[in-house]
Amino acid sequence: MPEFLQFAFSGLTVGAIYALVALGFTLIYNASGVIYFAQGEFVMLGGMVTVFAHAAGMPLPLAALTALVTAVVIGLTLYKFAIEPARGASAVSLIIITIGASILLRGVTSIVFDKNFHSLPPYAGGEPWIVGGAALLPQSIIVLAGAAAIVAALWYFLTRTLTGKAVLATAANRLAARLVGINTNAVVGLSFAVSAAIGAIGGILMTPITFTSYDSGTLLALKGFAAAMLGGMGNPIGAVVGGLAVGLLEAFSAGYISSSYKDAVAFLVILGVLFVMPNGLFGRSGVERV
Amino acid sequence: MSRLAVDNLGISFGGVTALTDVSFNVEAGEIFAIIGPNGAGKTTLFNIVSGLYPPRQGRVLLNDEDVTGLPPFKLARRGLSRTFQNLQVFFRMSAVDNVMVGRHMHEKRNVIAHLFTLPSVLEQNRVTRAKAEELLAFVDLSDVTDRPAGNLPYGALRRLEIARALATEPKILLLDEPAAGCNPVETEEIDNVIQKIAATGVAVVLVEHDMKLVMKISHRIHVLDQGHTIAQGSAAQVRTDERVIAAYLGRHGQREAGRA
Amino acid sequence: MRRFFDSPYAVVLVLAVVVAILPLALPSLFYLRVAALICIFALAVVGLNLLIGFAGQVSLGHAGFFGIGAYAVAIGPTHLGVPPWLALIAGAAAAGIVAFLVGRPILRLRGHYLAVATLGMGLLFAMVFANESAWTGGPDGMPVPRLEVFGWRISGPWSWYWIAGVTLVIGAWIAANVIASPTGRALRAIHDSETAAQVLGIDVARYKLIAFVLSAVYAAVAGAYLAMFDGLVTPEAAGFLRSIEFVTMAVLGGLGSTLGGIVGAALLVLLPQLLTVFHDYEHIALGLVMILVMIFVPAGIVPSLATLLGWKRS
Repeated sequence: MPEFLQFAFSGLTVGAIYALVALGFTLIYNASGVIYFAQGEFVMLGGMVTVFAHAAGMPLPLAALTALVTAVVIGLTLYKFAIEPARGASAVSLIIITIGASILLRGVTSIVFDKNFHSLPPYAGGEPWIVGGAALLPQSIIVLAGAAAIVAALWYFLTRTLTGKAVLATAANRLAARLVGINTNAVVGLSFAVSAAIGAIGGILMTPITFTSYDSGTLLALKGFAAAMLGGMGNPIGAVVGGLAVGLLEAFSAGYISSSYKDAVAFLVILGVLFVMPNGLFGRSGVERV
Repeated sequence: MSRLAVDNLGISFGGVTALTDVSFNVEAGEIFAIIGPNGAGKTTLFNIVSGLYPPRQGRVLLNDEDVTGLPPFKLARRGLSRTFQNLQVFFRMSAVDNVMVGRHMHEKRNVIAHLFTLPSVLEQNRVTRAKAEELLAFVDLSDVTDRPAGNLPYGALRRLEIARALATEPKILLLDEPAAGCNPVETEEIDNVIQKIAATGVAVVLVEHDMKLVMKISHRIHVLDQGHTIAQGSAAQVRTDERVIAAYLGRHGQREAGRA
Repeated sequence: MRRFFDSPYAVVLVLAVVVAILPLALPSLFYLRVAALICIFALAVVGLNLLIGFAGQVSLGHAGFFGIGAYAVAIGPTHLGVPPWLALIAGAAAAGIVAFLVGRPILRLRGHYLAVATLGMGLLFAMVFANESAWTGGPDGMPVPRLEVFGWRISGPWSWYWIAGVTLVIGAWIAANVIASPTGRALRAIHDSETAAQVLGIDVARYKLIAFVLSAVYAAVAGAYLAMFDGLVTPEAAGFLRSIEFVTMAVLGGLGSTLGGIVGAALLVLLPQLLTVFHDYEHIALGLVMILVMIFVPAGIVPSLATLLGWKRS
């Protein structure tokens, strides 16, 4: 039992990060129809910029804020100069552009910073709590609480604010949204900015636990993507559930089966879901019109 | 034996019933029109008959054999072919290549031979191309044989789709609004083509909005409204049917029908 | 000129001539080595182009098949005592069989979903290569014995240039054959409208699978060549970046153009060679190329040039 709880704790902690990445994917996918392969890089940026700003002498909160702002600026820049000019391009073109953006960010990070692994001191002190015989790190609580706060804030934003409703309207039908006077370009830009921020916060939260380096974004993006797809592409609740599910599956299979194939779990999940339920757990089925 | 028999067909999408209890037979050499206002379920009916949607209820029979739920390519091999209302032309291929694709079922499909272009493949390409050119001539498109389909005018694309469907040598041909977007001259041409096709013994099922065309060439007309059959019969019968006039033709249509 | 460039065989002919005379123009063994690399990568891309450019099905996982070919010529001779040339054939066959098995379920998916599923498939292969150290040497990889044919040990840029060059010409010829055959017409039809293709009696699933298997075999042969040429194979051969490189090469040169695939491969192989001074900037350059090409020449270099020069009707 303690073992089971231990795996569950670590699974939920990484799962919360996957959920944040998946949320970022979902926001962008809904607003623009783009599968944003660069989403994982913002998690990496959040961690790396915080590490280096902190090392340069900034207090941790300020360093984290710097990372957040950096990610948002880069997110908007990429949108403006790489995504927007290619509007209406084919799926393959968009995939290549976003993967290109991801490789570019990775390259820039390795030059501006370095290619080593980095960590941060835990934000909350010391001793793990023992719950049911399993150790629960305070940092894990922070990650989970942080992720929950973001989900709640996003929910409030989307359902209780006018801007948020504009985002939902744009996702549902871009043309109709424009006809009722919504500036859909601004909404799409906003989605890219919010996604970058969510990714960066994820990176800031997880770096004390998992280490970060210039190339840690790719795998995160793919796992976040697996999560988003598991939950049904475009469904925010599905993204969160999918993220936690991928995290838990990974932790349990690493614990009970083999840790060397831990990273394979997410992809087996993707393949399994796609073959059995091509629309994900929470997705709607569509009928092709001819 | 009917070439095509549709028996109590029904389908719904997300709880909305699109088609209920539709039945009819089409015989060899017959031109059978399906008409009805927008949203009556005509294209949905075609999509079920050609295997693109599985029906919720009912059966489709080709030559008295139950073929309900078979995938489209298997239906094609049993002699069913169709055209599309919103054109499904292979836009990146030339006109003649489009029709050559239609010969697929009648070609040898040995991939190993294709990898190494054995002489038999070259010979077959020649035969296929000759047949495709013949069909382009049949629909009067010989002058655009090697033009990319993407550059052709709308009326030509409609006829190209017909030629492509004919290339499969169908016994039953479904034409989904073959004259849509065509000018009177082009419509006249299509009307001739359809009659020539039926004369060869093909059962032609036609969905069309151009009432003049329908009334002129159809042997029988089947009228749908909101997924239900409301009438079936000859042009004269349908034209005077109270329900048809009420549900579909309306004042404007009455005038139109009177002129036809 | 126009007629000539419309024929798929023209490309094969030009390619054969270029491969034959190129060594005369190369100043050193270094460049011959680069030319051999270009031929090897181009081979994989010509195959992938059948899948992406003609059948219109994306794969972000073809490095997996490349890896199968590469590890076949490493594991076969080292662990199983199979002669390298037989291991090469076995590797190509294995890739084809694996593609046949995973292809049917995977190819039911479309667009983004297909992209992600193939990506996951490629990564699973790479993970197997990295984790099964007893067979593969783990993350550090393993040495690959030299190819021996009839007692001849084949090594060095000259031999590999000729082997890869001739294979590339044959590969381009086979691709041209396929494109001009009923199979090729079926593939192009599927690309433009799957619905219409089905209605004309084309077994869409079968033809997608044919393109998938063919492209996997091309990738495996290329992978085996590269491994034997380098004398070493690592899991990176099957990695995500390698898959992306293949797709970028195909798209950069021009999807649906065999010549384009070769040009794309040449550019992307040359880029890091020319940038050796800026080795650290390789990723930045690759990322920028991917973004800029997609924005400014989305049709790819060769088709855009052909249109520009009036060789091809737009």
